[in-house]
Formats: sequence, structure tokens, C-alpha cells
Amino acid sequence: MTIYQEVILDHAENPRNTGNIQNPTNTVIVYNPLCGDKIKMDVLIKKDRVIDVRFQGQGCAISKAASSLLTDWVKGKTKEVLKNMTKKDMMKLLKIELGPNRIKCALLPLEALQKLLI
Amino acid sequence: MLNPDTIKKDFPIFKNIPELIYLDSTATSLKPKIVIDKLREYYETYSANIYRGIYHLSERATEEYEKTREIIVSFIHAKSSEEVIFTRNTSESLNLLCYSLGEEIIKKGDEIATTIMEHHSNFVPWQQLLIKKGGKLAVIKLDKDGGLDVLHLEKYISKKTKILCLTYVSNVLGVANEIKKIIQNAKKINPSIITIVDAAQAVPHRKVDVQDLGCDFLAFSSHKMLGPTGVGVLWGRKTLLDAMPPFLYGGEMISEVHVRNTKFKETPHKFEAGTPAIAEVIALKEAVRYLEKVGLKEIENHEQKLASYAIKRLGDEFKNLHVIGPKNAENKGGIVSFYFKKYHPHDVAQILSEKNICVRAGNHCAMPLHEELNLTATVRASFYLYNTQSDVDALIDGLHDVSRILK
Ligand SMILES: Cc1ncc(COP(=O)(O)O)c(C=O)c1O
Repeated sequence: MTIYQEVILDHAENPRNTGNIQNPTNTVIVYNPLCGDKIKMDVLIKKDRVIDVRFQGQGCAISKAASSLLTDWVKGKTKEVLKNMTKKDMMKLLKIELGPNRIKCALLPLEALQKLLI
Repeated sequence: MLNPDTIKKDFPIFKNIPELIYLDSTATSLKPKIVIDKLREYYETYSANIYRGIYHLSERATEEYEKTREIIVSFIHAKSSEEVIFTRNTSESLNLLCYSLGEEIIKKGDEIATTIMEHHSNFVPWQQLLIKKGGKLAVIKLDKDGGLDVLHLEKYISKKTKILCLTYVSNVLGVANEIKKIIQNAKKINPSIITIVDAAQAVPHRKVDVQDLGCDFLAFSSHKMLGPTGVGVLWGRKTLLDAMPPFLYGGEMISEVHVRNTKFKETPHKFEAGTPAIAEVIALKEAVRYLEKVGLKEIENHEQKLASYAIKRLGDEFKNLHVIGPKNAENKGGIVSFYFKKYHPHDVAQILSEKNICVRAGNHCAMPLHEELNLTATVRASFYLYNTQSDVDALIDGLHDVSRILK
């Protein structure tokens, strides 16, 4: 089965939550030098809750779709919930299966998010 | 003429996966049955350590192991088996040189020349050595046609340049550098320069003759030339090998050990510490025999034909696709690297993989080259003796699907 499903392609072509936040609580840049992927992510947190999160980046369709889906999902969630997010949760959001070489693309936005919450 | 359809029958993987379209032989080649059978033969009939046993099995294993060395000697036209060292792979062969030769001869202020199109394994060891020693790495750039800037060697090589290390065939661009001429010219500038050739992408695909090239060292990997994984070869001139200290210490490489001192064996054994990849070395000779039976000239021509065909169709049928490397290199191997403006190489490779087409996506362990070209990654299709024109057709069809899916 193809991993390029409607949802993935839609999020990759029209990613949600792109751009910057004016006065972010925290900001981070993560890289995957091997494929040249790069994501900058801003977060605005109030009372331990994610109010807004935005990203900018270059990368493959999977990493873009993952960033888009993840940022959609985290809004309104508490830091506590997000800190415990695992690889498995990330893959559930994407609803696809990826091999060991490709999974890094999907996990890059999760790495960004977790660095933001430290 | 080489018939890839007949050749495919010699490779069991095509029986197991008939739909396989393998276009990544630059990373590692598939293995013919005779090589796999030879591995089994060792394990099933004379499985023993080499050199050590005075019993029949060990003698048979030793003979088989040393026979491969002799086959390599004639394959690359070395002068004697003392010049052929077995390592784990090309990377280890080059690291051996860096640690053993480089450490000895490079002093503060010295230079090493290399090229922008090197695989990391012929770049990072020298770069790190020079950082440690306080020397300079001179990097031969591309000319405006995309080949090596060899007309201006004096910009990169001087009397201070102790070593020139360069690749024969680029694993990304597919170009074959004019090694013989470059070495001649380098030696005109500095007669005592030591020349090292990374032939990982040359030896599997064309006739390589170390005497004709005029180099001092040459490295390649068994796994890229139909042979088993875990074996590399380092060839070097005996006088230079004699002067070099061992790289690894241990069993097999010593002649006498006393509490206060040790005497080492002569080359090649002084560079082969510990139990080597015995089965793999033994089976490597079957790969060489197979290549020679098909004929390296035939293989080279076949790959060139497939690459030209692929480049033509890519150019004719895709407007937003760019093939990198010199446009009209006469001397190109079967490697085609390209990128789409709009699609990430990973997505391209992934969609192709859903159609059983194996290509490589990334920087192919040549990040300096990609940086020089202002690219982060490319897609690479590479061809070998078992690839057919219909493999190329499948690639092109697959790429049309990519355009359809990713829009
Ligand atoms: C030109 C070149 N040099 C060196 C290497 C390293 O070979 P190995 O991984 O067998 O050490 C490769 C293989 O990827 C290569 O293509």
C-alpha cells in the first residue's frame, strides 16, 4: 500500500500552522543533515498549555505532513501530555507505516516539539 | 554481446524476487550463485582457520584464501601477492593508509590534495589527519563543464603536497577521471608525491591495471563487484608497503613476540591482524572469475549504453528534472544522478520502491560534492551487468508515476 495517501499529500501540499509566532515562549531548529531536512518550530505556552505552534522548513512530503499533522494535534494540549508523546503516537497521527530508514523523516517534527518543551 | 537476461539467471535473488528492479549496484552489487556456493563450500567442507592448523582442513582453507590473492594480482596487474592486502572494505583500506602512511609522513605545514567528488571514506580520514597535524587539505574543484579541474593542477599541488588521493569513478557523477594523466602531471610538479586511487567504483565496472595507471596505492571493495560483504582490497607498491608500520596489532601479523619487543611479519601479512573474513575472501575469487568470464569491456559498454538511454529519456520526458554531472563525458560509468525541482529525493525513491524499483536517495556519502552543487540530496540510479533496458523503462514509468502522485 502506498504511504502517499490523500491525507499525507494534502498536508504535504498545504501544510497547516506554517510561519512564525511573534513572541514565542520557545523556538528551536532541528536538522536531519543526511537528507537535508530542516525544521524551525515556535511555540507559545500559557499556563502549561500549548496555545499556538508554528513551523517552517524544508523536507520531504513525509516530514512536511508530519509537521503539519503534529502541530494541528498539539494545540490546546498540556505540556505534560506532550512530553509523554512517543514514536508510536506520532505514527498513529500519520496513519502509515514507515521502514527504519524512512521513519527519521516523520520523527523530526516530534524531536523539535520535545526540544521546545524542555 | 553481453545478454543481461541470461546473466540474471545466475543471480538467485531474481528467482526469489522476479519483479525486482535493482538500480543500486553502486551501493552494493547482487551476488551470483557461484559466489554464494563458494561461501557454503568453505563452511561445509573445509571450515577452519588459516595459517594455524597443521591439519588438512586448515591447509585447504589457507590454499583457497591465498589463491584469491593470486587471482587479484593478475586481475589488477599487480607485481606480486605481497602487494595485495585484504581489509574489510574500501573505507578500511583507505584508513589503513591514513593511519600507517599518513601518520608517518605528514608533518605540520604539509599538504594533501584530494577532490570535491570524493566519497566520505576518501575525504574524512585525510581531513582529520590534517586537522591533527596542522596541515592543509587542497581540494580539486569542478571545472565549468562539471568534470575535475585537472588543467590547473598547479593550483592544488606543489612540492609541499605529500599525498594525492582521488577517486577513479565518482559514485555520484559517474565520471571516470583521467587517473593516468592526472598522476603523470602531479608527479611532474612533485616527483615524490604519493598517489592513492579509490577504485571502489572502477574495479567492478572496467579493466583496471595498476601498472598502467601509475598509482602507488589502490583500494576497492568486494561487495561492489559481485563478491561477499566484509572484504576490501588494498594494493600498494611493495617498497612503500615495506616501509610502512602495521596498522593493527595482534595475531597472524607477528613473527616473534617477546615480553619487551615484537617483530612483525612482512607485507601483506603484517597488515592482516587477526582472523580475516576467510569465507568471504575465498569466495571473492569466484566473483573475479565471473567478471572476467563476462568481460570487463563488455560490462563497461553495456552500462554505458543503459546510462545513455536513461539520460536521453529523462531529458526528453521530464521538464522539471535535472541530471547532474558533465553532459558529454565520453568516459562515464553506469551511474545517473538527478533531482526534481519540486520533489524531495526521498519521496521519489519511496514511490519507486512501492514499484519494486531500488534507487538511492540522499547525498550518497558525498556531502562536499552536493554542497558544491548547492544540493542537499539527489536520486541515483546505477546499472550493472544484470540490468536490462526494460529496467530503465520501469524507472522512467515509475518517475511518471511520481509526477502523477506528487503533482
Ligand atoms: C567511490 C567510493 N569510495 C569508497 C566507498 C566506500 O566503500 P565501502 O563502504 O565498501 O568501504 C564507496 C562505496 O560506497 C564508493 O562508492
